Amino acid sequence: MRKFLAIYNREVKSYFSSPIAYIIIGLFLLITGVFYYLIVTSFVQYCMRADMQAQYYRMAPPKLNVNVMAIRNLFQNMSLFMSFFLPMITMRLYSDEKKTGTIELLMTSPITNLQSILGKFSAAVTLFLAMLAFTSVYMILLFIYGNPELGPVLTGYLGLFLLGSSYIAFGVFFSTLTDNQIIAAASTFVFILFFWAIGWVSAMVSPGLGHVLSSFSLIEHFEDFAKGVLDTKHIVYYLSFITMGLFLSFVSIESSRWRGR
Amino acid sequence: MIEVQNVTRYFGRVMAVNDVSFEVAKGEILGFLGPNAAGKTTTMRVLTTYLPATKGTAKVAGFDVHDQSMEVRKRIGYLPENPPLYQEMRVRDYLDFVAKIKQVEPKNRKKAVDEALGKTGTTNVDNRVIKTLSKGYKQRVGLAQALVHNPDVLILDEPTVGLDPKQIIEVRELIKSLAGDHTIILSTHILPEVSMTCERVVIIDKGKVVAEDSPDNLTKKLSGSMRFKVVVDAPRDQVEEKLRSLPGIKKVIPANAPGEKKLSTLLVEGQGKEEIRPVLVKSIIENGWNLYELTPEGMSLEDVFLHLTTKEEEPVQ
Repeated sequence: MRKFLAIYNREVKSYFSSPIAYIIIGLFLLITGVFYYLIVTSFVQYCMRADMQAQYYRMAPPKLNVNVMAIRNLFQNMSLFMSFFLPMITMRLYSDEKKTGTIELLMTSPITNLQSILGKFSAAVTLFLAMLAFTSVYMILLFIYGNPELGPVLTGYLGLFLLGSSYIAFGVFFSTLTDNQIIAAASTFVFILFFWAIGWVSAMVSPGLGHVLSSFSLIEHFEDFAKGVLDTKHIVYYLSFITMGLFLSFVSIESSRWRGR
Repeated sequence: MIEVQNVTRYFGRVMAVNDVSFEVAKGEILGFLGPNAAGKTTTMRVLTTYLPATKGTAKVAGFDVHDQSMEVRKRIGYLPENPPLYQEMRVRDYLDFVAKIKQVEPKNRKKAVDEALGKTGTTNVDNRVIKTLSKGYKQRVGLAQALVHNPDVLILDEPTVGLDPKQIIEVRELIKSLAGDHTIILSTHILPEVSMTCERVVIIDKGKVVAEDSPDNLTKKLSGSMRFKVVVDAPRDQVEEKLRSLPGIKKVIPANAPGEKKLSTLLVEGQGKEEIRPVLVKSIIENGWNLYELTPEGMSLEDVFLHLTTKEEEPVQ
């Protein structure tokens, strides 16, 4: 545990003592902020139009759900942006160690590969949580000026957390494969995109195959969280995705010893 | 302390280390000498548990590097060719981190870091960010990293590369002072380093051990014939021709320093162990030349090294 914490602390410090963390968090907030603005203003305009129509027809103003019409939309956008930003967090984890040779220090110290993988994974998840925490400002504003339901917001965040951790787990894996950060980031991104896309393809193939494909899709499982539905099957899906990523990282590091590179 | 038995390591089909065996006693400094790509680093990586051997076994402090790698790792300090430094960290934080993963007890950690800083002369830069340090200091921090947990065995891969002459002397002194408490393996391709610091040398070439002995013995054994440096004030060609015609002379090599015009310098090698000096002197005097210098030239470790690694020769026992 002490050694896990040593790795974890070092990684977190290294994120926050370099500009990486600030730039990534800043850019993520910039792009989600723009979309937040667009979504909320279009929702407000829509509400005003609906109010006017209701007055014109002398009806009661309609109840428009901010959870369904704005927040869910925002969550979906965030889940997409995460697939660009999270590979940038994970790309250096092992690639950089391989490039600078510090991997030799780690692998000749009395720490297990599992300890180092979990330390690095947790550090990246911590940075990701910081990123998510800042977006809560958007929700707080909605709670101040509107009347959304809390439940779906919380499940949405849980969904984003699990989804992001899955990205990170595979980000760790791809960074164990190469000493080049760009290659690590690009392959993580393409991998994530692939697991998104099989959800779309499922609509075009036979229903049986489609069902199988869509149950593999990263984003298909996120929909329920965004809607406010908490289903164990989705949680299990993401947890197994994370375990798979970490397991592959472990295998990759072990085998790189035998291959000698 | 360290036993290496028939270690062989392939990378794909390429054999990097071929059946290497040697032992290092407790407190000894062993020099590991060889040209680039001879298999020095690979052997060291096997010893540090970084790479598994394809065949053969190695033991450090009685623990097998493969089956009991965690026990081995606790007992070794390793300085790879490129010091494994996290560029963005400060020196003290870095050493503190290394101490943590090397399982130094929390209460002893500060002391351990201070000692490592002191031994390597890096106390004055302890708050600097590593990437702003000069190469010499980086190398020393690398050494401090290997020392911080006070390991029984130190494995140093070319520890003096990139240092200036003064620092090189300091590092060598440091390494020497560590022997006794620590068992040290040091790889290098700089020969004087070995004769200055090591008690025993293993010469490795193309993955094979070609010689193993003390530096002195190695030079003695290989310099079978006597060799002298002769300086005479006569035209070189004449002297060369004359000396070559003498009995018992095997080789005459002109060795004038550049810019040396008045005097001729020659290296003369005799056949076998026979004394050739009287013959040489007599012949020079008879020709009416003046003899300025006549000095024995021992075969340097450099020659031994070239001798062993460039020619097909019987391995030295």
